[in-house]
Amino acid sequence: MSYVELSNLTKIYPTSKGPAVIVKDFNLRIAKGEFVTLIGHSGCGKSTVLSMLAGLNDITGGGIILAGKELDGPGPDRGVVFQSPCLLPWITAFENVMLGIDQVFYTAGKQERREIAEYYLTVVGLGDAMHKKPAQLSQGMRQRVGIARAFALHPKMLLLDEPFGMLDSLTRYELQQVLIQLWRKNKITALMVTHDVDEALFLSDRVVCMTNGPEAEVGEILDVNFQRPRERKAVMEHPDYYKLREHLITFLEERAHKPLPARTSNAGPLPAPAAPKQPEPSHASPSQTKRETVNA
Amino acid sequence: MAFLELKNVNKIFGPHFVLKDINLSIEKGEFVAIVGFSGAGKTTLINLIAGLLRPDSGTVTLNDLEITAPGPDRGIVFQNYSLLPWLSVYENIYLAVDQVFRNWAPAKKQQHAEKYIAMVNLSPAREKRPHELSGGMRQRVSVARALAMEPQILLLDEPLFALDALTRATLQDELSRIWDENKKTVVLITNDPDEGIYLADRIIPLTAGPSATLGPSFKVEIPRPRDRKAINHDPHFKEIRRDVIEFMLNSKHQRRPSITKRLVLPDIEPEDLRHPKPMAGRSLPKRRSEIKEETVEVE
Repeated sequence: MSYVELSNLTKIYPTSKGPAVIVKDFNLRIAKGEFVTLIGHSGCGKSTVLSMLAGLNDITGGGIILAGKELDGPGPDRGVVFQSPCLLPWITAFENVMLGIDQVFYTAGKQERREIAEYYLTVVGLGDAMHKKPAQLSQGMRQRVGIARAFALHPKMLLLDEPFGMLDSLTRYELQQVLIQLWRKNKITALMVTHDVDEALFLSDRVVCMTNGPEAEVGEILDVNFQRPRERKAVMEHPDYYKLREHLITFLEERAHKPLPARTSNAGPLPAPAAPKQPEPSHASPSQTKRETVNA
Repeated sequence: MAFLELKNVNKIFGPHFVLKDINLSIEKGEFVAIVGFSGAGKTTLINLIAGLLRPDSGTVTLNDLEITAPGPDRGIVFQNYSLLPWLSVYENIYLAVDQVFRNWAPAKKQQHAEKYIAMVNLSPAREKRPHELSGGMRQRVSVARALAMEPQILLLDEPLFALDALTRATLQDELSRIWDENKKTVVLITNDPDEGIYLADRIIPLTAGPSATLGPSFKVEIPRPRDRKAINHDPHFKEIRRDVIEFMLNSKHQRRPSITKRLVLPDIEPEDLRHPKPMAGRSLPKRRSEIKEETVEVE
């Protein structure tokens, strides 16, 4: 049996127009110490899978087994790194990390608990800034706190939901390095959701492409066999790197031009500028109109 | 002398140099991307060219004339769109046309505005207000507005940063097409090396601040129109990409003073919180009996 097993995982939301099947019969096995990435478009249901694994979203059908036990609700055995690190603004970075440590290591002495927090905050590069409050930290530094917080609990599994999505590309490269270095030491089984192709290739052992929702499932699985420990430069110079990169970009682009049904596209507060509703769509070429629908 | 020229430009805010010794020459019709970290001074640089800021020393000249104030010869597209929320797409663009071409007949101004709305494929949405548009569509309005003023140079300040990856790719394609049609001089500020390489003739890194300065300029000799997928086969693309990313990451590391610190990670295992905590007495933590002690480079 694998360390993590997602079997026939299904998520259905009831809506006024009948049930909306977001994820259907999603099957995935992850070995212990493996780093797997889910890649797919916004609204394809990849975050839904992750949040079910985190126990933050109820499972409609199927089940998840982690280390031989079926999951039921959230718990500190799964460390989650959110897109925005969700730190409590009135306490320092250090105290934010201590919150979880105090819970999980309650049998340990205070000194040891503090040492754990100091260790992880230092390793992520916040040696000088750990006693600052979130408002005094940059977006990238806050995300470092989020990474330290997740690793500090020594979870069985790490769940990363577009962890660097809100950062600029260069800061993103830096934090990927921080993440991979920490991960290398602990080899925590990890599942990450992203739509950044380079990020997926640099970090993972396997990349799982998800089909577009509704009824999203595993589309194809790509093995990424670059030697570990990985250095960005070596990975980028690997003869397979750009082949895999092109393959994933093609996968995403092909999916991009199929308009998502309105029910599953996670359109923001803005009304969808659906071109077909316009009385005179004559100026837009047909392909353009189609793209617009996706952009909404 | 080059079309746009920055010579020994310094900009100081308070006690700090934000930009130091900036030298940049851009030829007419060239598309130049400047790539840098958030907070490095990229926007300050574009504001100097726009005339929204004056340098503390050095000169900024366009067509041999020193830039001292903002003007319609430089069209700017901001990251946050900066559209007037109470005006429609058409009105937002017409406002700019009306300001710049004051002595044109109304019919001509109208026609001119329509032309640029069509160029960014927004004709079906011309009567909509900005809040009725998606982020990508708003940024198109902003691009159309800047182009409609027929500026000599187009300044793009991280125009696509606030958009999701997919919309960003679509808009990059569109910028690339529009540039092919107009061959305007463009300065694009971005934090994404891929975006710079995909769009520009030349990509120049701005080192991490403070005292940011421009690095070596990389010429992008990939034939146009460029194909996002096909360039993955191009050895030249791979080379520039590697060099630019490496330069950027190194520029940041060099600035960090590093001290070493000895850290101890206790070898204790987490408790399973599903089991109730013992009521009396304190149990001891489980230990892996290996003390990890390591030295860590602290930045």
